[in-house]
Amino acid sequence: MIRVVLPFHLRNLAGIAGEVPLDVNGPVTIQAVLDALEAKYPVLCGTIREHGTLKRRSLVRFFACKEDWSDRPADAPLPDAIAQGTEPLLIIGAMAGG
Amino acid sequence: MTKIRLLVGTKKGAFVLTSDGARRNWQVSGPFFAGWEVYHLKGSPADPNRIYASQSSGWFGQIIQRSDNGGKTWNTPGSTPEELKGPGGFPKGESNKFVYSGTVGTHKWYDGTQHPWEFKRVWHVEPSLTDPNTAYAGVEDAAIFKTTDGGKTWSELPGLRAARGELWQPGAGGMAVHTILLDPKNAQRMYVAISAAGAFRTDDGGATWKPINRGLKSNFELPDPDAAVGHCVHRIALHPSRPDVLFMQKHWDVMRTDDAGEQWREVSGNLPTDFGFPIDVHAHEPDTVYVVPIKSDSEHYPPEGKLRVYRSKVGGNEWEPLTNGLPQANCFVNVLRDAMSVDSLDPCGVYFGTTGGQVYGSADGGDSWTAIVRDLPPVYSVEAQALP
Repeated sequence: MIRVVLPFHLRNLAGIAGEVPLDVNGPVTIQAVLDALEAKYPVLCGTIREHGTLKRRSLVRFFACKEDWSDRPADAPLPDAIAQGTEPLLIIGAMAGG
Repeated sequence: MTKIRLLVGTKKGAFVLTSDGARRNWQVSGPFFAGWEVYHLKGSPADPNRIYASQSSGWFGQIIQRSDNGGKTWNTPGSTPEELKGPGGFPKGESNKFVYSGTVGTHKWYDGTQHPWEFKRVWHVEPSLTDPNTAYAGVEDAAIFKTTDGGKTWSELPGLRAARGELWQPGAGGMAVHTILLDPKNAQRMYVAISAAGAFRTDDGGATWKPINRGLKSNFELPDPDAAVGHCVHRIALHPSRPDVLFMQKHWDVMRTDDAGEQWREVSGNLPTDFGFPIDVHAHEPDTVYVVPIKSDSEHYPPEGKLRVYRSKVGGNEWEPLTNGLPQANCFVNVLRDAMSVDSLDPCGVYFGTTGGQVYGSADGGDSWTAIVRDLPPVYSVEAQALP
């Protein structure tokens, strides 16, 4: 069981309180996590990655074990701590700045 | 007893304002979709409790919301439990899937090169006049999409971009289909307006479109002031009884056509400035038109800091300022293109929202105004519904 933390607006959109527990089949990658997340909450399709291209939306970031995984290959295995559920995968909205 | 419902889209959510037919006391509900930009909401003429809303975010993209109970509760279309899975178990979640048809193609970019079309957001939703499950979406980058299943899925009508789309070039505010008008007398005819591209008409239900910009002049915006496309049309409006007559607020100039856009003529007349965004037509008087003059394209606020709606009762050229109840000093708000609406009661109600968060209403056709609410986020859109 892996754990995913979503940003405020996406938790509201999907009606989620707190972390999202997910079962991921096979290697735990960003792509596999998002596939599982969208399967469980279809309303999130298109909000984290684009419809069609499945590219990460430019102002969404993926943090894992204090590292930015946003630009790493979507099929790269995530750290063991994420795969084992001891650390959550953070999906966040980029800071607005200003 | 008749009720009025105003659907207000703002920079930070949607609000629903309701009143009885007297239109003196208003109740405010919301924000809905708090923190998200809501470019537009509109109810179905065939079922006023069916409302479509465009919710978007620079971070998380486009969401389409739908209410089937007049705005009390909302859902993304297709999100009931039995609808969530396709036959193979793959998630649907397609109510926000706006994918251009076929080969995406290109349009003119800021540097003059060709640039691929990229969907950004839905600016305007126009429900069908007869079928609550059918609606059109005007989007940025400019295109029109259609749903026939209540917003669960959307398909582009690509004939619009075939109307010389390769020449369309975004302005500073982007390039979006922001106005969609349905002809109540001819189900095959629709009009759209696109910022920095112009006005377009279909006579075959959206399969093919043609530019209808003859007579527009853009002396300071285009190298060819009479170009077939490229004009910055801010808004067009029609009266249902006379759908061949259109009124237009262009970047500069207020225009009118009497032949469904074949030829336009200027009707700015005695307006203090003919720059502005919204334009609308009285519900019962086809020649009574409303605009809100803005000082200039460089200074988006009312001239002299006086918020004035201008009304023509003769179809343009002769305009009178409407000021009773509106701030006449130190007012520096703007009124955006989709932020004006009329109701169908008699006397006609007229409403508009400002970038300062006020929504003003008039229950007497514009003779007098009151602030219905003052401190909303910047108002993007206002739509009025008269309910039985």
